[in-house]
Amino acid sequence: MNKAYSFIRARESFMKAIFIFCAVFSVFALLSICAFLFISAFPFFAKTGVFQFLFGTKWDITSATPSYGILPMIIASLYVTALSTVIGVTIGLLTAVSLYKFCNKKIVNNIKQLINLLAGIPSVIYGLFGLIIVVPFLRDNVSSNGVGYGILAASIVLSIMILPTVVSVSYDALCAVPSSYFEGSLALGATNEQAVFKVMVPAAKSGILAGVVLAIGRAIGETMAVIMVIGGSPVMPKGIFQSVRTLTANIAMGATELTGEAVNALIATGVVLFVFTLILNISFSLLKNRGEEKNAKRKT
Amino acid sequence: MQNAKHKRQIFKYALYKRLSQASLVVSLLSLLALVIFIVIRGLPYVNFQLIFGDYGAEPTIKPALVGTLYLVLISVLISAPIGIGSAIFLTEYTNTKSKIIRWVRVATETLAGIPSIVYGIFGYLVFVVALGFKYSLLGGGITLAIMILPLIVRSTEENLLAVPKSFREGSFALGASKVRTIFTVVLPCAVSGIVTSLILAIGRVISESAVLILTIGMVVDKMPQGVSSPGTSLALDVYYFGSFGYPEQASATALVLLILVLAINIIATVIGKKLNKFSGGRL
Repeated sequence: MNKAYSFIRARESFMKAIFIFCAVFSVFALLSICAFLFISAFPFFAKTGVFQFLFGTKWDITSATPSYGILPMIIASLYVTALSTVIGVTIGLLTAVSLYKFCNKKIVNNIKQLINLLAGIPSVIYGLFGLIIVVPFLRDNVSSNGVGYGILAASIVLSIMILPTVVSVSYDALCAVPSSYFEGSLALGATNEQAVFKVMVPAAKSGILAGVVLAIGRAIGETMAVIMVIGGSPVMPKGIFQSVRTLTANIAMGATELTGEAVNALIATGVVLFVFTLILNISFSLLKNRGEEKNAKRKT
Repeated sequence: MQNAKHKRQIFKYALYKRLSQASLVVSLLSLLALVIFIVIRGLPYVNFQLIFGDYGAEPTIKPALVGTLYLVLISVLISAPIGIGSAIFLTEYTNTKSKIIRWVRVATETLAGIPSIVYGIFGYLVFVVALGFKYSLLGGGITLAIMILPLIVRSTEENLLAVPKSFREGSFALGASKVRTIFTVVLPCAVSGIVTSLILAIGRVISESAVLILTIGMVVDKMPQGVSSPGTSLALDVYYFGSFGYPEQASATALVLLILVLAINIIATVIGKKLNKFSGGRL
C-alpha cells in the first residue's frame, strides 16, 4: 500500500518536472535567440560603429573598402510598412464594420470563414501574385518611369496580405462592445450608421488598435512577399516606383551568397529588425492589457 | 438650418456605410483575385512530370515534396510534445510557481511576434555555423519547431481551459492523482481540439519559407538524402522558380501549395466543428 503510494508520489513529481521543462523551453529558446543574435552581431557593431551602421547611407559590401550603412533599408522598410498599414487597415476596418452591421446576416459567417481560410495563404504566394500580376500591371499602366518594382508594389501586396488579420481582429473587437451601447444611441435618436461609426467603433478602439499593431508587425517582418516585388537595389528610396530594399529583403538577398564580414552585417541587420519587433510587441501587450482592463470595467 | 445640418449628418454617415460595403467587396475581390489568378496561371502547367518527374531540363517539385514532408515531420514531432506539455503546465498547475508561468507567457508571446527571417538567422547561427550541420533539413526543421511552438501552446491551452473544472474535480473526488486526471480525463476531452491545432501548425510549416532560405540551402534540383542533407520545400520552390526564370512552374507550384494549405485548413475546421458538436452533447 505504502509502496504504491510512494510510486504515485514519484510519478507525480516526475511528470510535473517534465511539464515544467516543456514550459521553460520557450523561455530558453527566447533567451538563446537573443544571445546568439546579440553575441554574433556584437563584434561587427564594435568594429563598424552602431551609429555608422544605422545612419550610413551607403551599402557596398563587395568593394575593397566596404561600407555598411542600412539607413536606405530602414527608410524603405518604414515606407512600405506605413503605406501597407494605411491601405490595409482602412479597407480592413471598413470591411469589419460592414460585416458587423451593414451586411446580410445570413452570409456573415460564410464570409468570415472564407477570410479566415484566406488568412492561411502562404506569403510566398502573395509574392508570386505581386511578381506576375501587380508588378507588370503597375509597370504598364500606372508607373511614370516604366518601373513596376518598388515601394508601391510591395505595399499593395502586403496590404492584401494583412487584410484578413485586420478584418478578424477588428470584427472581434466590435463584437466585444456591449450591444446596449448600440441600442442606447439608437434610443437617443441616432441613425444606425451614426451609432456604428460614432459609438461602436470608438468603443472598440483599443481592440482595433491591437489589430493595427499586429498588422504592422506582420508588414515589417514579412520577407518573401516583399523580396519578390521590391526590386532589391540598396539605394535610398526617392519614389514609389524604384527598385529598393527593405531590412528583411537585405537579409534574405545576401544570405545565400555572402561570407565573412558581410554575413555579420546581415546578422546585425537582423538584430535591428529584432529590436524593432520587440518594441512593437511590448506596445502590443501594453495595449492588450489596457483593453482587457477596460472590458473588465465595462462588465462590472 | 438645424434641419439642414441634421440631413447633412445623416447623408454623411449613409455615405460611410456605402464606403464600408464597398470595402467589403474590395477586400473579398482582392483576396479572391489572388486565388483565381494563381489557378488560371498555374493550372495549365500542373502535370505528372512537374510533380513526380526527375529534376532535369525542366524543373520538378519532387525534391520539394520530400523536403516538405521531412520538415513537417521533424518540426511537429519536436514541437507537439513540448507545446502540449507546456500548455498542460500553464493550465493545470496554475496555483504553483506563478512567476514561472508569467515568464513562460511573456516568452511565448514574444516568440510569436518574432519575424520568421529572424528565426532564419538564429537557425543559421546555431545549426549551420555553431553546430556545423551545414545547410540541412534537420536544422531547418528544428528552427521551424521553435517557430510554431507558440501557436501550439496557445491553442492547446485554449482547448484545455475549455474542459470544465467539474471533470477534474470529479476525477480528484474518485481518488485519482493529478497526473492521472490529466492523462485520463483532461487530455482525452481536449484531444480533437489539440489535433486541430497540430494540423494548423502543419499548415504554418508548409507555408513558411523565409526561415528555410537561411537554413536548408534551397537545393532545388537534388533529392534530399535523409535529414542531414540540404534540401528545399514547396514554398521555397515557388520563390526560386519565380525569381530565377521559371514563371510557369512557379505558378503551378504555387497552385499545388495553395491547394495543400487550403485543404489542411479545411480539414482543421471540419475537425474543430466535429469537436464542438461532440462536446456540445457531452459537456
